[in-house]
Amino acid sequence: MTELKIKKGSSKHSAYDLRDPNAAAEERHTLAVLVENEPGVLARVIGLFSGRGYNIESLTVAEVDHTGHRSRITIVTTGTPAVIDQIKAQLGRIVVVYDVHDLTVEGHAVERELALFKVAGQGNDRIEALRLAEIFRANVVDSTLESFIFEMTGTPGKIDAFAELMRPLGLVEVARTGVAALSRGAE
Amino acid sequence: MKRQMTGAKMVVQALKDQGVDTVFGYPGGAVLPIYDEIFLQNDIRHILVRHEQGAVHAAEGYARSTGKPGVVLVTSGPGATNAVTGLTDALMDSIPLVVLTGQVPTFMIGTDGFQEADTVGITRPCTKHNWLVKDTARLADTIHQAFHVAKSGRPGPVLVDIPKDVQFATAYYVAPAQAKTSHYQPRLKGDQDAIKALVEMIESAERPVFYTGGGVINSGPAASQLLRELVEATGFPITSTLMGLGAYPASGKNWLGMLGMHGLYEANLAMHGCDLMINIGARFDDRITGRLQDFSPNSRKAHIDIDPSSINKVIHVDVPIIGDVGHVLEDVLRLWKAGGRKTNAAALSKWWARIEEWRKVDCLKYRPDQKTIKPQYALQRLEALTKDHPSRYICTEVGQHQMWAAQYLGFDDPNRWMTSGGLGTMGYGFPASIGVQVAHPDALVINVAGEASWLMNMQEMGTAVQYRLPVKQFILNNERLGMVRQWQELLHGERYSHSWSESLPDFVKLAEAFGAKGILCKDPADLDDAIMEMLEYDGPVIFDCLVEKHENCFPMIPSGEPHNKMILGENVDTKNAIKSGGAVLV
Repeated sequence: MTELKIKKGSSKHSAYDLRDPNAAAEERHTLAVLVENEPGVLARVIGLFSGRGYNIESLTVAEVDHTGHRSRITIVTTGTPAVIDQIKAQLGRIVVVYDVHDLTVEGHAVERELALFKVAGQGNDRIEALRLAEIFRANVVDSTLESFIFEMTGTPGKIDAFAELMRPLGLVEVARTGVAALSRGAE
Repeated sequence: MKRQMTGAKMVVQALKDQGVDTVFGYPGGAVLPIYDEIFLQNDIRHILVRHEQGAVHAAEGYARSTGKPGVVLVTSGPGATNAVTGLTDALMDSIPLVVLTGQVPTFMIGTDGFQEADTVGITRPCTKHNWLVKDTARLADTIHQAFHVAKSGRPGPVLVDIPKDVQFATAYYVAPAQAKTSHYQPRLKGDQDAIKALVEMIESAERPVFYTGGGVINSGPAASQLLRELVEATGFPITSTLMGLGAYPASGKNWLGMLGMHGLYEANLAMHGCDLMINIGARFDDRITGRLQDFSPNSRKAHIDIDPSSINKVIHVDVPIIGDVGHVLEDVLRLWKAGGRKTNAAALSKWWARIEEWRKVDCLKYRPDQKTIKPQYALQRLEALTKDHPSRYICTEVGQHQMWAAQYLGFDDPNRWMTSGGLGTMGYGFPASIGVQVAHPDALVINVAGEASWLMNMQEMGTAVQYRLPVKQFILNNERLGMVRQWQELLHGERYSHSWSESLPDFVKLAEAFGAKGILCKDPADLDDAIMEMLEYDGPVIFDCLVEKHENCFPMIPSGEPHNKMILGENVDTKNAIKSGGAVLV
């Protein structure tokens, strides 16, 4: 074995350790995926993300065209530009996927998320929570003497900001729907 | 005219209307109504395997050797889970299969019924698509869709899960012509601007190489013919992946041999040193690229692939062309001929001169032995004694023997080479050889095997004998898991952890126990006669070829290394190559 220059006993030669150490920075993209509304379609999409190691930041799904059996899945994901391209190509080849739109690339999409916040507190904290809710145009949808539930619609950033402000004022629980998004303009 | 029939009858009718002549399967409770319908007809031949994994691999062999989808019928629960390895294998190698599974009745789904498994859930990631049919009225349409999806675009396995009550219930049958048109219609024609850019790159290239893969074979025989014309028209060298062998003939003058981890020295150095790489229907697999950062560093790359997700998946390419290989090559050739275009002949002849220097290294050289059979020698003799056979088909298992078979056997036609590439499934070759022989009853079908792989699906001897399939099992027996042993020697300090077998069967007696013929050969001097005996016997043969136990498979690119860091066998003379080619050999 005169030609062999591999260190004996080395295990560094794993076939799968091939990732580029100088990988590009990650980006956040919102994808709208139009799918046939059939059983298991969401599992196909989620399975693709988990099986190939992609990130899901948020995911919403609902039927948008009852007669055409179409559902719209809105996925917020992060990855390097190459990974984002791969995600779109992989989604596109699922047989029951009609169309994949990258709303982040197609122009500044309108993104909205609905959130519910339960805030418990008394005295000044309670008054401050209500005052901030007005500033953020959050509605009170439930009220007891010790708590509020606020309802708010906005961008994920706005919802994050409101949650941050509520935390010292007695934030108990948050429920978020995930992002729904549409591209701007007539098309 | 619409006809009413039971779901079970519908299955058989739909298969007939799809032109199916053979089904590989294994009965069980949840598919009994379909088996009853199979019993009542003679148009579709059912091949009873001995294990569901064998059925799927046999269907793969059938599909690869005919270009038609392979069809499998198995029962629910364990029948379906046993099919999973075959499905994954077919998905990785883009083999069209339609697998029908029985399921517990719809009203029992979710109750952990006897032989119930979440088949569509389990097989979702290992099929191209799958369906659970809950209504007999949709059954025929779904089966037609299944064939359409399996064959269209990048082919792959699909699965239709059919609950038992759906098989018993009655509904109107939908013929293929009346079936819903699928929105799934992958694009076949490539982008014309990209094709024009490729043609211009071909004109100016100084050190080009064609790197072709299984996509050429999947595109059909016409694509292989067009590839040959393009290679002839340009005079460029051509190499292929394991999956693409036979698309360009091994006897062709521009052939460099297979590339990749155990590919030929000249093929890999041409890939490393080229200035234009034209990837046709291959997918930059890690066994091909080695270390990505150093993969063919100075080349512009074009990539023809029908699957958009193959483009830029691991290697960034300059000219991506999404489309069917046959369609794209036709456009490339038309454009090439129309323009009266010429390659850079001076640069090309210099490039060929360098390739000839690499060829002189003779990387497949090995040290012959008078006493023991070298596995390479066994394959050279097999090649010499069978290559003129008019219809020779070769299957392999997975491991060293597979790489040696790819190195030492030559394929002049597509669809003659059946091997598990992407998944590397030990146990693939024997059932695959059965599927090939079923499809081509008069052909010579040889499965080049290692003893360990072969034992993984040896139960299929029963199938071979039952259907009088004269498959030749050419076992290179080194009593080792040769490739595992090789990696342990090179990378794990010669600690041979569990890579040999202390109790192997007597293969001759095993063959006889099944009612087949067994041949033992251990002396190189007897080899030719023994091979001839195997070829002349009209029936299945197990050929137990005792070979050198510690032979390593070279050349080899250690994984995670680039192409020019190839290691060669101990008898290969590399001095000239380093001096003349300037290639860095480590």
